[in-house]
Order: sequence, then structure tokens, then C-alpha cells
Amino acid sequence: MVKVEINGQVVEAREGDMLIDVADSASISIPRFCYHKKLSIAANCRMCLVDVEGAWKAVPACATPVTDGMKVNTRSPKAIAAQKAVMEFLLINHPLDCPICDQGGECELQDVAMDYGDDVSQYSEAKRIVGDRNVGSLIQTDMTRCIHCTRCVRFGQEIAGLKELGATGRSEWMEIGTYIEKSIDSELSGNMIDLCPVGALTNKPFRYKARSWELKAHPTVAPHDSIGSNIFVHTRNGEVMRVVPRENEAINETWIADRDRFSCEALHSADRLTQPKVKAEGHWSSMDWSLALQVTVEKLKPYLANPEQIAILLSPNSTLEEVYLVKKLANALGINNIEHRLRQQDFSADQYGINQTLAMRLADVEALDSVLVIGGHLRKDLPLLNNRLRKAQLNGCEVNVVNPSGLDYNLGIEHQVDTLSLVSELASILKAANELVDQDNQVELAAVTFNATHTAIANSLIKGKKSALMLGLIAQADVHYSKILQLASQLAQTTGSSFSDLPAFSNTVGANLILASNSADLTNWLANGKKVFINVGIEPEFDCLLADQALRAMQQAELVINLTAFDSVSQQNYADIMLPIAIFAENAGTLVNIQQDWQSFKLFASAKGEAKPAWKVLRVLGNMFDLEGFDYTNTAEVLAEIKALNLSIKQPDYQCNLDLSVITPTPSSLVPCYSVDGMVRRSPALQATPDAQLTNPLN
Amino acid sequence: MSSVDTLNIIQGDVKKRIDRWLARYPVDQKQSAVIPSLRIVQEVNGGHLTKEIMDQVAQYLEMTPISVYEVATFYSNFEHQPVGRHKICLCTNISCMLRGSDELLDYLKTKLDVDVGQVTEDGKFSIKKVECLGACVNAPMMQIDKTFYENLTEQRLDEILDSLE
Repeated sequence: MVKVEINGQVVEAREGDMLIDVADSASISIPRFCYHKKLSIAANCRMCLVDVEGAWKAVPACATPVTDGMKVNTRSPKAIAAQKAVMEFLLINHPLDCPICDQGGECELQDVAMDYGDDVSQYSEAKRIVGDRNVGSLIQTDMTRCIHCTRCVRFGQEIAGLKELGATGRSEWMEIGTYIEKSIDSELSGNMIDLCPVGALTNKPFRYKARSWELKAHPTVAPHDSIGSNIFVHTRNGEVMRVVPRENEAINETWIADRDRFSCEALHSADRLTQPKVKAEGHWSSMDWSLALQVTVEKLKPYLANPEQIAILLSPNSTLEEVYLVKKLANALGINNIEHRLRQQDFSADQYGINQTLAMRLADVEALDSVLVIGGHLRKDLPLLNNRLRKAQLNGCEVNVVNPSGLDYNLGIEHQVDTLSLVSELASILKAANELVDQDNQVELAAVTFNATHTAIANSLIKGKKSALMLGLIAQADVHYSKILQLASQLAQTTGSSFSDLPAFSNTVGANLILASNSADLTNWLANGKKVFINVGIEPEFDCLLADQALRAMQQAELVINLTAFDSVSQQNYADIMLPIAIFAENAGTLVNIQQDWQSFKLFASAKGEAKPAWKVLRVLGNMFDLEGFDYTNTAEVLAEIKALNLSIKQPDYQCNLDLSVITPTPSSLVPCYSVDGMVRRSPALQATPDAQLTNPLN
Repeated sequence: MSSVDTLNIIQGDVKKRIDRWLARYPVDQKQSAVIPSLRIVQEVNGGHLTKEIMDQVAQYLEMTPISVYEVATFYSNFEHQPVGRHKICLCTNISCMLRGSDELLDYLKTKLDVDVGQVTEDGKFSIKKVECLGACVNAPMMQIDKTFYENLTEQRLDEILDSLE
């Protein structure tokens, strides 16, 4: 540790820390544009010039390491003169269009210019103008406003792993852009909007919708993937306008995925179901809640005599409270068929327990030195886990994959096995690992052969001090998921690696906690049908892996009750009752993420039309069935009841049938990342990206 | 000049020349060879680069295309529009300007009947204004292809241009 004096205040710091970080930690503000704590140092904006005693010229604080006894002044005449001079240069070519600029009011350039800019410009010559290119549906460019800080360029190169923007040309003619007409395709691209200190890159769907000072920020949790990214939702008069990241170093750092940022458009979709609707003799009629619920109860009652003929399908993005109330209501009515793992078809490993979590904290992923990803397109399915993994890889971690071919990785892959039969490849790697550690092979592995790649992957895991196996959504959708689980967990044991069966959706972990004890056989329900289906927050024909079977099962059922936020033609065909529910910011509740953080969030936006939070609908249904214990007044009471159960995840000991003689390759079942739930399917901006092209079933 | 397969430009002799540069750098730092590679492909393409050609360089050197565009647009040696068989690079910086480069430029434009950045009808010449090439001692000067011509006058210009094929 060294002692540095900044503006007369003595600050302790580690030797080699950059001056700007040390000043930030002591709450001494230094203006900056190009510096960002998550990006490499560029030192090209020169805004952070400060006066260091003994230095002839002012030095950039972002690129000056501290030394013991260093005396720094950020407010001396020399420092201020330097900062004001830089400000003047930066403003020479910046247009004075703040009144029509979306960044106005939340603009770093505007703020710093208030402090360091002069009232009148000495510059009266022509300003430069930069032509704009269309970079896709998510980011609006106004490159005349660009001050060449290169944060967006460095973000692409260093974080997104996909350099799409660059600085072409030179001096006065330098431009930030794609050079050619090309969209920005990273699944994290929206973060460039936050990084841009001026209005050059702004949120395209949000353009001209509201001014920043009209908005109220509400802390909440992203509703799509199991990372549980922390976000702020910005509302105006109770209406959701946009989403921005909320910093949480342990979860999402300062980033969020595009899916979490742009899906909020769906709240205002024309597809929103705004009133309860009931079908009678083929005709849909809207009715008020009490009547609709009465009809629901009446229609359901005859089937309760034999509750085995009823199945409930539940969104894995439902809140913990909703899942719990579904289960409580169902069990009180004698219904045991509840399932949220809609993208799975082999449930035979359930008897050994379910543990779909990350076997470490997200931040620890960065310290891994060998990883094997089995059947997972992490970059698109869990973008921020992939981001941690990418950091590990850049630090020397060997990342190996066993996946269907054709996936696009943004990190260096050490060994890659392209296959549609995860089981066979996994068996080969296990056998290779067994040979390497001189362990006897099981009888089932007798006929298995392996090659140099299998040995190399096994060896990488064995020699890694912190090695990990990760199973993704593709593995979970495999017809032989249970065999994959067993082989993978054995491989983890043999190689001394941790084993994570990664949860995909925002409350997969929470739903597993509550529903673990329910015996479920979704595949059978869909194949052989049930008389009654109750769907909560899903569109079975899109959200189920076995989509065709699901649709047929719905069409053949005698009664289908949908608690849904969205209306659709296909639902109108098969459903009998549609009850509008609130989603995302219109709801309150708790989500359990990949590392088992229970994150509760409040309601702060008014629901569309008559839509009600699903937990309230379930509570009222409980009352109407005259059931005990459905008198909650808020989600906190439900949560308290759940917490009192002391639910915990037990590590399963897989003992599945490992007969490898009848392995059939599973057709690739990649879920396009912008089709994972009803909300993203209805976000026009996301649907206009290349990632969504030709893959959204609604298109 | 022989015709060039612009969709597959890095082959045969071109590939050999680029590989000679690549051999000088560590295998994981192929991008170090981007400037010589661009120079080589520009030369065989008749003096200018296209997006397709830059993309092939990017792919061959395992760089993102935008990184190649950055380099190719930064250095004035790289052309993005067709040029003449001989590219006349006339210096118009301070020393040459004081010694009459502006008048020379006008003379050139009238003589060849083209503006800066344009190619003569016969494809023989194009004119480019360049910054200081470090020959101020004998200003005004110009570079044609790989040769410096100094102490220029209108008469010298005529002689030089006439002497070129």
C-alpha cells in the first residue's frame, strides 16, 4: 500500500492503481469520457488531465499509476486550465442539438460541459458532419455527436468478443462506425448505449419516447434468463418506458443482455389480453373477473373427481410466489400433474433429485482453468455467464465444447466436438478419463471407443485445478438427458471437476425448489393427452420443446384454461377460458437465480387493462374453492410461508440405466434466444435482429 | 497487367509473398502483417483496395474485417477508389507550397484534364495531394510509383510524364 495526496487529502492505494480509480474511491471527482472501469485504458479523450507535483505537464489520471508520496491536485489552476482546454476542443465539432438529442439530461458531455465548458465558443468555423449508418433495430446512431472516446469499440473487442465497430479514417476524418452497411449483432450490444457518453449511440425503440427527467427508476430483476440480472425499469406515469442495467458486481456487473433491455416493448404489445374472456359455443366473449372466475370454477369442478386427468403447465419465468400458489392450489384440489420444465423430454432422472444450479458463484467462473460445456449455446442462452467464461478463457482457461455443429462462439475454444449424440461423445470422454486416471470402466462402457480429442478434453479437466462441467439447454432437451446427467456427473467425479446442470430461465431454480417432489411426466401428458390443461404464463405451442404434440394435446383437451398475458389466434382455437395476467414490472414477487440468490422485486407499473398478477388470481381461485390458507394480502406473506418451509436442493446421485446400445441422435433443438418466452417473441426491436430472423414462431 | 481473381486474391504468388511476411511474426499475431499484406493485394489489384479484398485479408490474418478497414483507411498509401497506372502524389505541404506546388497542381490538372482523385481517360495517370514526404530540401516534389521527383517545374513535369509508359 502507498499513500497518495489528492487535493491535500491523504488516500491509501495499492501501488500501480490508476490515479482515477484512487480518486474515485475517495469520492474525488475527475471528469472523464473514455475511461470506464470495465474497459481497457485508452487515454484518448484527455478530459481527466490532473496536476501531479513534479510533472511538467498535466497528466491523464486514467493512465497514471500512483506511487508513494505522489501529490496530485485536480483543482489547481494548471489542472483546470488543461481540463477546460480539452473541453473546448471536444466541443468544437459537437453539435449544439441537445434539445432534440435523446441523451439530453443524462449526457456525460452535457454534465461535464456545465462544469468545464465556456459560455461562448471561440470557434466560428464549420463543424464536421458525419453520415449515419443503420446498425440495426436496437441502436440509433447520430455519429456527428461522437467524441471518439472509443468506449463502444473497446466494448465490442473486449467484452462482447465481437469487434463490430471501429475507428476508420484519420484525424479530422476519423469516424466511429461499421465502415460498411452492417447491423451490430452482439447479444450484448445494448450496453454500448449506456457506455456512450454522448448521444451518438442511443436506444432505438426508446427514441423520442420520453426525456430522462420525466422518468422514475425502479430497481428490479430481469425476467428472461437464470442470471437474474439487476435492472432499473424506467417508468413515466406508471408506464414502462425502458430498461437499463443496475450494477451488481456479483451478478451482472454493469451489463445486461439485449433480451433484458429491449423485451419491455412487449408490455405495450397489441397482443396483450386486457379482459377475461370465455368461449361459449365457439364464440369468445369478454366478461368481468368475478364472472370469469365463477365460470372457471364451475367448468373445472366436474373434473376434480378424477384430478389425474388435469395437468398444469407453468412458465419457468413465473415468480416463486406464483409457483408456490399454483402448487398449493393444485394439491388442495388433488392435482399432482404440474410441470415447468417445458423444454425437456426425458424426466427419468427425476427420481434421484433435481439440481439445476451453478455449482459456484458467477464471479468464480472467471477463476476456472478448464471447462467442458455439454449441449449448451451459452453465448445466446446465458449471455452473462458466457461473458464470465470468456474472461476466464482470456486468462488462460481451456474451454472445451461438445455441441451440435454450427454454433457461433465468441471465445477461444480449445477442443470442439460437433455432434448430435451428446451421450456417445460423453461416454467416449468418460472412458478416456477413466484410462487416464487408471480407473476401471463400467461394463456399459466396454464397447465405447475414443479418440485423441476425447483424451485431450479429459486431460484438460483432470489437470485443471479448478475445472467445471456445464450442461446447457441443448443437453436438457436431449432424449437421453438422464444418461447425459449420469455420464457427466461421473466424468466430473473422475476428473475432479465441479458439475453444473445450468438452469435456463429466470426462475427455473425456484420452480425446481417448490415442485421437486411432484412426479411429472410431461412427455406422456402431451403424447397421450389430458382432459384438462391449465397453462400459466405460457403458450404451450411455442414454449414446449415438443411443440406439435403440445398443440395437438391442447386441441384435443376438453377444457383449456390459460392464465396468460397475451392473446393469440392459436390460443383462441384451443382454449376455453383466458384470464389476463400481469407480467414483469406489473407484478411483484421473487426470482431465484442460477447461484441461488433470492431476489424479490416490487410492483411499480400499472397492468394493462384488467390484467391481474397471477398470484392474486390464484388466491381468489383458492377462496372460491373454499380452501384454507388463501388469505394473502401481498406477496411478502406468500414468500414468508415459502421461507418457513426451509426448502433446499439436495445433490442428486444419478443411478440411471446406462445402457448405451440404443442411443439415437437427438435432432438439434436449439431454442432461438429471441423466442424463449412470450415477452421476447413480442418485442419488435428484438425480432428485427438477425438472431431472431426466421426463428420466431410468431413471425 | 494480368487479370486478377478478386474474389480469391490470396493465392499463388500473392499468398507466398504474404506468407513471407507472416513468417516474421509469432503465429498467434498474424495481424502484425496487415500493412504489408494490404500493400501486396493493393498492388496486384491495380493500385486500390475493395471491401471484398480487405475482407479476404481479414480472414487470412484472422482479424475482424473492421480492424482491417481501420488500418486501410488510416494510412494514405491505401486507395479505396481506382487509380491510374501511375499515381502522381504531389506534396502540397508548407515547403512545397512556398515553392509553388499549388500552381503545379493547377498545371497538372489542366494538362491531364482530371481533378484530384480522378483517373485520366486512358487510365494512365491519377493525381493525389499528399502530405510531406520528407524531401523539403528540394521542394516542390512529387512521388510517382516508387520514385521521388524533386525541384519540379512545369517543364520538368512534362518531361517526367512523357517518359513514363
